[in-house]
Amino acid sequence: MSEPLLEVSGLEVRYGGIHALRGVALKVNAGEVVALIGANGAGKTTTLKAVSGMLKPAAGQVRLYGKPVVGLKAHQFVALGMAHAPEGRGIFLNLTVAENLDLGAYLRRDKADIKADEEKYLALFPRLKERWTQVAGTLSGGEQQMLAVARALMSRPRLLLLDEPSLGLAPLVIETIFSVITAVNKEGVSVLLVEQNAHKALMISHRGYVLETGKVVMEGTGKELLSSPEVQKAYLGG
Amino acid sequence: MSEFLQHIVNGVSVGTNYALIALGYTMVYGVLKLINFAHGDVYMVGAFAGYFIAHAIGVAAEGYEPSLFNTALVFVGSMGVCALLGYLIERLAYRPLRDRPRLTSLITAIGISFLLEYGFQLPAWAGLPIEFPPGPSPRFFPELFPRTVWLEVWDVAFSNYDVIALGTALALMLALQFIVYRTKFGVAMRAVSFDPNSAALMGIPVDRVISITFALGSALAGAAALLMAISHPRIDPLMGMMPGLKAFVAAVFGGIGSVPGAMVGGILLGLSEEMVAGYALSSFRDAIAFAILIGVLLVRPEGLFGRRTSEKV
Repeated sequence: MSEPLLEVSGLEVRYGGIHALRGVALKVNAGEVVALIGANGAGKTTTLKAVSGMLKPAAGQVRLYGKPVVGLKAHQFVALGMAHAPEGRGIFLNLTVAENLDLGAYLRRDKADIKADEEKYLALFPRLKERWTQVAGTLSGGEQQMLAVARALMSRPRLLLLDEPSLGLAPLVIETIFSVITAVNKEGVSVLLVEQNAHKALMISHRGYVLETGKVVMEGTGKELLSSPEVQKAYLGG
Repeated sequence: MSEFLQHIVNGVSVGTNYALIALGYTMVYGVLKLINFAHGDVYMVGAFAGYFIAHAIGVAAEGYEPSLFNTALVFVGSMGVCALLGYLIERLAYRPLRDRPRLTSLITAIGISFLLEYGFQLPAWAGLPIEFPPGPSPRFFPELFPRTVWLEVWDVAFSNYDVIALGTALALMLALQFIVYRTKFGVAMRAVSFDPNSAALMGIPVDRVISITFALGSALAGAAALLMAISHPRIDPLMGMMPGLKAFVAAVFGGIGSVPGAMVGGILLGLSEEMVAGYALSSFRDAIAFAILIGVLLVRPEGLFGRRTSEKV
């Protein structure tokens, strides 16, 4: 097996006196969808933020294609092939849908390919096309989430970090977004998916990790976790 | 009628000047949510930079022949000095405090303001090719080109100074408007203004965007200072205080953070000052700006073009 795309080990984060992550270890191999599930406050979002440079970890290693990346600034990760669609979607509500999507390709110079990619994601999310020139503040939550996913993909990442893409959305919209995640994964984008909706997340994931109070307490393939009694009891209402 | 028109001309002329300074306040507020109270003093430094450059290229010398090239050199040089100063202020004073409470930066801004105002009043250092710092007594900005009346309509005189000041100011505002709303950098700037953390996730180098924003805003203050200095040539180290405060009022009036707001706010403020001075009491000229500030804060705190910030989750 070749080197993992992303390898996190011993990751610790503190917010003031709160010890949010206590040595998280996980990895994402090329071509995988990996789910990170857990209860509220388990440290899922914090893990993503520490991986993508939004937070400074107190200790631990993050390696992207084997290169240590702790200490890089958040904006440097895009050039390394990683995109992060953050908690709360991070849409620029003062900009138009078009401007938001273009920003996803901020570092790219290949105008023609950018246009082609835009067309591709607009075809996946036709709702965005209808709202192309509108200010993003007028979008519904579902449309904002579609925009966030499409925008993250516009940088042509090899690794996509998604934070709760299903939060607060209607079931049909969730279906759309998860099918897009599966589709881009088939094209070779690896995904680290943070989800409250453990069942949905594990269904489309190759592997998963269960996070509890800042530690990984269980890991396995999507199927293993889905059928594990502990996971069923804690997260799937079994 | 002609008196009224003359007041309009004067008001717009002063107003565009406020507008140029107000743009600096509003741009910096946009990206950092910081009122850069040193901005009026950057304006002052712009006037002195122009003064020293003009002397260095012999504008004040006997028998100087006005030339467009030299005039442009003074303008561009002074805008460049201001841009550099704005960049340095942000880099050295504000950036290290970026993660601290907002109040810390605000107090630092006042500190920088005092540093420039009183630093420039120190006696000149020995051994410098220019007389710097310039000291407390006023200086006279050399005449870049003589004043002539270009146009008279209904007894209203339009001098070449008025026309050039208005033309330059409008051109700079249009250029800024273009940068902010039509270029990739402008989109990045507006993204940083909305949410710097998400902007970084797009690969936008947030620190660089903030630096360039400071440099642009400060360059506009430099241009404003020169446009003012050619018609009101008395310059001194405290000259930035009043225009700085009034431009701040103009920015709040128009809606702080809004580029068109700063332009409209500046021009409206200039007009109201001129009207109050012309038809009521000239000693109320300064009071009207602050009356407007109080009025805006009471009635429409977000300003003419501002958006009400709502905490939507």
